[in-house]
Amino acid sequence: MPKLTINGKEAELPAGTNLIEAAKALGTEIPHFCYHPGLSVAGNCRMCLVEIEKAPKLQIACNTAVGEGMVVLTDSAKVKKARAGVMEFLLLNHPIDCPICDCAGECYLQDYYMEHDGHASRLEEGKNKKQKAQPIGPHVMLDKERCVLCSRCVRFTDEVSKTHELGIFGRGSTEEIGLAPGATLDNAYSGNVVDLCPVGALTDREFRFKSRPWFLKETATLCGGCSMGCNVILNTNTNPYNKVGQERAYRLFPRENKAVNQYWMCDEGRYTYKAVDAGRRHRTLVSGAVAEPDAALAAAAAALKAAAGPKTAFLLHPSLTNEELAAFRWLAQALGVTQVSLGADLLERGQGDGYLIQADKFPNGRGAKDQGFTLDGGAELLKAAKTGGLDALLVVGHSLADAECAELRAKLKALVGAHSQGFGGEARFDASLALAHAAEQDGSWTNVQGRVQRLNRALAPLGDSQPGWALAGALGALLGHAAPAGDAQSWFAALAANTPAFAGLSLDGLGAQGAMPAAAAAQA
Amino acid sequence: MTEHPKVLTKNFGDPAALGYEGYVANGGYLGLKKALTMQPQEIIDLVKAGNLRGRGGAGFPAAVKWGFLGKTDGPKYLCVNADEGEPGTVKDGPLMENDPHQLIEGVVIACYALGIKSAYIYIRGEFYKAIRIVQAAVDQAYAQGVIGKSVMGSAFQLDIAVHPGAGAYICGEETGLLSSLEGKKGMPKLKPPFPALKGLYGAPTIVNNVETLACVPHILTLGADAWNALGTEKNGGSKLYCVSGHVMKPGYYETRHSITLRELIYDVAGGLKPGRTLKAVVPGGSSSPILTADEIDVRMDFDSLGKAGSMLGSAAVIVMDDSTSMVRALDNLMHFYSHESCGQCTPCREGTAWLHKIMSRIVDGRGEAADIDRMLDITGNMVGNTICVLADAAAFPVQSYIKKFRPEFEEYIQGHKRLSLLGHREEPATVGAH
Repeated sequence: MPKLTINGKEAELPAGTNLIEAAKALGTEIPHFCYHPGLSVAGNCRMCLVEIEKAPKLQIACNTAVGEGMVVLTDSAKVKKARAGVMEFLLLNHPIDCPICDCAGECYLQDYYMEHDGHASRLEEGKNKKQKAQPIGPHVMLDKERCVLCSRCVRFTDEVSKTHELGIFGRGSTEEIGLAPGATLDNAYSGNVVDLCPVGALTDREFRFKSRPWFLKETATLCGGCSMGCNVILNTNTNPYNKVGQERAYRLFPRENKAVNQYWMCDEGRYTYKAVDAGRRHRTLVSGAVAEPDAALAAAAAALKAAAGPKTAFLLHPSLTNEELAAFRWLAQALGVTQVSLGADLLERGQGDGYLIQADKFPNGRGAKDQGFTLDGGAELLKAAKTGGLDALLVVGHSLADAECAELRAKLKALVGAHSQGFGGEARFDASLALAHAAEQDGSWTNVQGRVQRLNRALAPLGDSQPGWALAGALGALLGHAAPAGDAQSWFAALAANTPAFAGLSLDGLGAQGAMPAAAAAQA
Repeated sequence: MTEHPKVLTKNFGDPAALGYEGYVANGGYLGLKKALTMQPQEIIDLVKAGNLRGRGGAGFPAAVKWGFLGKTDGPKYLCVNADEGEPGTVKDGPLMENDPHQLIEGVVIACYALGIKSAYIYIRGEFYKAIRIVQAAVDQAYAQGVIGKSVMGSAFQLDIAVHPGAGAYICGEETGLLSSLEGKKGMPKLKPPFPALKGLYGAPTIVNNVETLACVPHILTLGADAWNALGTEKNGGSKLYCVSGHVMKPGYYETRHSITLRELIYDVAGGLKPGRTLKAVVPGGSSSPILTADEIDVRMDFDSLGKAGSMLGSAAVIVMDDSTSMVRALDNLMHFYSHESCGQCTPCREGTAWLHKIMSRIVDGRGEAADIDRMLDITGNMVGNTICVLADAAAFPVQSYIKKFRPEFEEYIQGHKRLSLLGHREEPATVGAH
């Protein structure tokens, strides 16, 4: 591995590492616009110019690989002058409309201006005028004046989505990003160009004018849109003083995980954050009437107790966290319930694309399988329930049609539910409990690769809702069984102790990138 | 007075030489015949001994460039840069229009020496006549067995394709040319990797100028010594010079590298118009730093002009007499460079356009004294900071025009200041003697 020094600090890095990454490894940031580790090197923004001993002119760090004995300076007077020069050029025709720009607060131009430029414009002439606020697809708005022509978005559509909708048209300072003739930026991954855009040229049509980024809390968590479990950041805001409207979740954007989603996520997953607030079933009901959570739990326990016996079944859901599933598995064992299904056969499968998007649209089917749950069999359970084969049914997460609920009600002695989304049939349940959304709890999901990944609680559970493990624990307690665990960490610990697929893991030990259990790694 | 050899232009004016028979009758394809009897390396050594310098502008030794060609069992390419676009340059067009087989012969010899089986001739889009003539000559060369499956009966095989560009200055930059040839927007590529290792379609590629390749057959027929005798030390052969501007006989002239700029202007190009005095000369295309009237006793070879602080470039000599406004001349150039910047690199895209905006404002009578140093500072942030040298090419004239004619810029700004009491724009001032 070549040894080099950057600003006097020595480093030994694998051959082929570029100087931006090398400096990063040493804790030094080399400013850049066009470079992105997930895309090819374009080398056009010229912001990452650095001084290399013996090189006649400044070199771009993004296209320079580490070399033996290389002496690199990223903060020499020459480098600083070049950076200030590039910043001045980039801002020359920029509209500086930060007060009405969604990117303000997370804009490379703003940050680098403060750090590397800092002087007033010397332009005496008029700025170039270009088109503003042009919708270029269902999710993305383009402002050509704000664009720094780094070509990240163009390279994304060429290299990652491979859909080629975007191009750079024209020449010189009238050059602009635009759509290829007849094209619309409507590929399945189009939202990524917004994250990639270092400035406010590409903004998300859903997020536009909703919130300033500095009011948003960031939580590193997972996308639940399919079984891929893309690593994401969820932005939330619950402070009534700096927001309008009732929404708490504002947006999702991908978080780097080279083993899962690299730097990207699909549009389908990106907008799943809306379900955190929209259509929630967050009040507990007893026979259709709003009741206090304790009363609803008591009603649920009473119903289950009255119908206790071998004809009790649980219909769980593959969106539940590993901890929630573990708790319901414990409850089933404690109550002697043997008929337990995840009901995967009741759920619609989607289309996979061989890249990130999986046909299995639920995030934890693999975790349920690893815990030994029967994935299918939901239809049989419901059929049995409708034909007198069951006395009691606990439905968690499944949105059953009202007519189906009516049929179930007619035959069952006990019908208890726990849901996070409203579905219309709640009133027919003896007790309808409120289940917390995945964004409202700590826990884990196991993705399609078998990687156990961490969910972090971004928000307090809405209304009466509680994580599934809390509901299972409370029901167990009311039915005379003390739960072995009381929070996500301890339920995971219990899982690690009794389930080989989770052996050796701990919830807090999963880290930001998740963990591959030895068994799953061997299988992969 | 220098005697002017006719080597590269010996067939010029002879319409028969456009055809294969006419070209052969004038001694054509003898260089190729000789080359086919030699080992490839011997040819490269001979061109090296002939001190052939790249005539697109950089003056890099052609044989050294050939030596960089990556070794591969896969395809490798020769691309002929016929995208002549440097303002003032008019030599590659005439070479193609008057003697296309000379170019083809050079291409075949180079490809044989380098083991290349496919060559492209990338011709500037506006050169309709040259495109037609070169294509006709390529067709004849195929029909006569000069190229194709068996080059002149040998085991060597070569295909040549003529490809018209679309008229962009930047496609004369060798990697911009390759991008364009690949069907992409004509934008220069990042270096490294250099084209010799990873060029056209990712394969090792040599890009040579038309004139460079046109010289090659003559090095074969004349031998290195006779060829060198036409030039100066390390600048082998005769050279085409393009003289334009305020001279009596503008045009292209073949002569020796040893000629001085003064001789070229006064003896070859007929001197200035009556009653005029020389003010400035651009010696090697618009990008080369300008020379003043007392700097013209310089030999017109790559090294001598380099020492004089300018460059031979494409040997496009632009002569300016005392009627020229250097301010307006620079404004014109800045319009050109801002229009031709591909827009890829920030300093070039924004810098060239900014320089043009400032020059337009100065010409318009709204300049300020501070503009002069501002422009110098802007060029300081451009030079050397971009992928290709277009930014440098735009910056060098600004720097040299201001360095050598600063008082004129100051006087212009002062003398053309317009009263604009109400802040509205007035009619452009009438300036200059023309």
